[in-house]
Amino acid sequence: MSRVMGYCDRWSVAPGETVRFMVSCEGAARYDARIVRLKQPEAGPLATAFAPEPVDAPCNGSHPGRLQSIPIGSLAVVPAHSAFALSASFSIAVCVYPTTPGKGRQAIIGTWTEATQTGFGLEMDAAGALTLRIGAGPAAVACVSTGVPLSARRWYFVAAAFDADAGTVTLWQEPLSFHDFHPERAVKITATVAVRPGGAPAPLIFAAFSSGLAHGSSSWGGLGFTHHFNGKIDAPRLARLALDRAGIAALGATPLSASMAEHLVGAWDFSRDMSTDTIRDLGPWRLDGVIVNQPTRAVRGHDWSGGHADWTKAPEEYGAIHFHDDDLVDACWEPDFGFTVPDSLRSGVYAAKLTTDGFDFWVPFFVRPPHGQARSKVAFLASTATYTAYLNNRGRFLSILPERYQGRLTVIDAIDSLLIEFPEMGLSLYDRHSDGSGVAYSSRYRPVQNFRPTGRHWNFNIDLFIIDWLERLGGDYDVITEEDLHNEGLELLRPYSVVITGSHPEYDSADMLDAFEAYLRHGGRLMYMGGNGFYWRIAHHPARQGVIEVRRAEGGVRAWDAEPGEAFHSFTGEYGGLWRRNARAPQRLVGVGFISQGFDKCSYFRRTPQAADARVAWMFEGIEEEIIGDFGVLQGGAAGLEIDAIDRRLGTPAHAVVVARSENHSNTYELVAEEVLIPHGATDAVINPDIHADITFFETPGGGAVFSTGSIAYAGSLAWNGFDNNLFRLTTNVLNRFKDATRFPMPPE
Amino acid sequence: MYRFDKTRLDLAREFRTNPFGEHSPDLQYLLHIMRDPAHGDAYHVLLVDRPGERWTLAMMEPGGRTPPRPTNVVFTDLKEAEWHVFRVRWAALAGEELPIE
Repeated sequence: MSRVMGYCDRWSVAPGETVRFMVSCEGAARYDARIVRLKQPEAGPLATAFAPEPVDAPCNGSHPGRLQSIPIGSLAVVPAHSAFALSASFSIAVCVYPTTPGKGRQAIIGTWTEATQTGFGLEMDAAGALTLRIGAGPAAVACVSTGVPLSARRWYFVAAAFDADAGTVTLWQEPLSFHDFHPERAVKITATVAVRPGGAPAPLIFAAFSSGLAHGSSSWGGLGFTHHFNGKIDAPRLARLALDRAGIAALGATPLSASMAEHLVGAWDFSRDMSTDTIRDLGPWRLDGVIVNQPTRAVRGHDWSGGHADWTKAPEEYGAIHFHDDDLVDACWEPDFGFTVPDSLRSGVYAAKLTTDGFDFWVPFFVRPPHGQARSKVAFLASTATYTAYLNNRGRFLSILPERYQGRLTVIDAIDSLLIEFPEMGLSLYDRHSDGSGVAYSSRYRPVQNFRPTGRHWNFNIDLFIIDWLERLGGDYDVITEEDLHNEGLELLRPYSVVITGSHPEYDSADMLDAFEAYLRHGGRLMYMGGNGFYWRIAHHPARQGVIEVRRAEGGVRAWDAEPGEAFHSFTGEYGGLWRRNARAPQRLVGVGFISQGFDKCSYFRRTPQAADARVAWMFEGIEEEIIGDFGVLQGGAAGLEIDAIDRRLGTPAHAVVVARSENHSNTYELVAEEVLIPHGATDAVINPDIHADITFFETPGGGAVFSTGSIAYAGSLAWNGFDNNLFRLTTNVLNRFKDATRFPMPPE
Repeated sequence: MYRFDKTRLDLAREFRTNPFGEHSPDLQYLLHIMRDPAHGDAYHVLLVDRPGERWTLAMMEPGGRTPPRPTNVVFTDLKEAEWHVFRVRWAALAGEELPIE
């Protein structure tokens, strides 16, 4: 079966700017590309008919296809240098924390090049034992192993000395772990070898070996990489001398030993420049390098004392990098075509639809208005941070567990299946790496399976229900993105009377929250159109757009939890985890916050007595019913999936009004973990009255206001019955009032 | 500890009537047993044939290293899909077919 996949280099593009598309085609010589405007999701016969609107674009048409590979797996690399041409004696000392010894050969450090069988490489062999490999070509390779496998998730000091004069290799493999009684002993072995490292100058690589020139896309230097290491590497040192154990101790010492100065090649300190892609060498040649494919930094080193949980306070205890064979920050594909947004194209949600042999693949992007301009009073804020977090979420179907907490069978379509066929598409922030550690970074520079107008309804394509509603109202709206918001702050929002969020704006940086707050203080009106918003704190890569980091610290409903001492973002040094744990619970911003989730059946809202108050009665004009939203495309109701409730203790403003509250949720709706400090069993919606979604309104001192729906499923009810329903009227009444410049007065205290 | 009881046909009838939404505590316990990831066996998933209209039952191996294996069972109603899988799982637990259609 033929396949086509792609991604683009930017999600937010203004008129006059160009978005470039990277495409890979398998099994077909050509593919078709069409630029379309997305005005609704594909959602079956009960929703607005899915009808992407063609856009005239020079790139529309047939394109030659080519296969582009994805170079997955992280490493660090120092460009080739004469100092690495170690044909005479040398020594290596490094601390390692392997997480999957035994999965196969795994590189630790070296210039070893697999294609030519040249250079040197310290590695774990297939059984997980420390091994030094040296070679001068296929006929001249020597390997010396300790023969004793390292254990998973334990620190070791390992070292190797090659004595060219004596023709020997000595290996040391010494356990470093404390606070347990694991039966391990130090290992030392010496063996004779008749080979010296040879070959052309090669880069020094950590956590992978060069496989020679790449046959497909390359993540660095035109090279391919192999034998990726899973685990942590800390304080690697290299010297031009065959050392004995005392010398090895001096080589590995921190601070650097003066006795090594004459012989030192490099001493890399991974705690330096933590937030960047740079690795620093403290040695005489300053042989700095770079990390590739975003291995995890700001992780506990071999000498972490437990005295600090914040790496910025004790960076020397965070000198390790955790590498994974499934890290991916950039597929590094070559661009195939571009689309320059014409001035006449209105702001909106767009996509390149790629097709080959009946297989469709969508690459969405957002056309914003010209920089510094607004072409509407209304802005839809696309939840690009949350989309990024979820990209290629495979945990949804890798076990039966999701069926247990979702209360229904897992549904998979052909594009979901791409993740199984092409695991190199990488992971989401909801997944674990192949070694079981949590995925802390996500990038949009790769093909993704779950960012499209079709398929399972979640995030992006639920947000298209909101776009569907705005189109129904005449299409007078701009589209901006959270990535824009992080970069531009209040200036992005200031021109708009109303900002409308997506259905699940779950991930926010401090800059994003600051911008929302400032916007509201300046009289802005915010329609929070979803559930479980403003929940996790994220950090953005300091230099690379579209790459975010999350540390799932302390509480929260989470697919993995941060390791001890690793709750601070590497990108910014900020404490991560829930915004609630950062004293900025979502209730403070939008009145409501995450209370429960369930995925078997959605419910409805019941109007509260407070809805009759003159402060809010206007939003129910034309609505007779007490029950709101007992219908919808998303499991039959407007209240569900992930839902939010008010909580005065967490910051819901005292004057906030709950105008409608959901009820009748099922057993799968459990209290969020952060609300269950002592397990008590009465935690599902059948028994626990705290579980409900609250449609909430409050005014702000600057004359603005907030309207929160408190439910992801809400958006799926807007178009019900051809938009002739009470939830559509309620939401439209709110939008119309929010567009009106008349200030909202604060209620009397 | 709650254990499967093949005489509790009332739970099967409850699920038949209402596969989604609020369940009695005993039915919820039974569903947890049926959906237990600890057994490590292949599990049922639905493959989309036509979005919102038609699905094919498939079996998936834990870990997701191999594509789901489609069966020849097709549904046009998700409630019927849930009931079919419930019957299959009941039979596996009871060692006999569920005597309810």
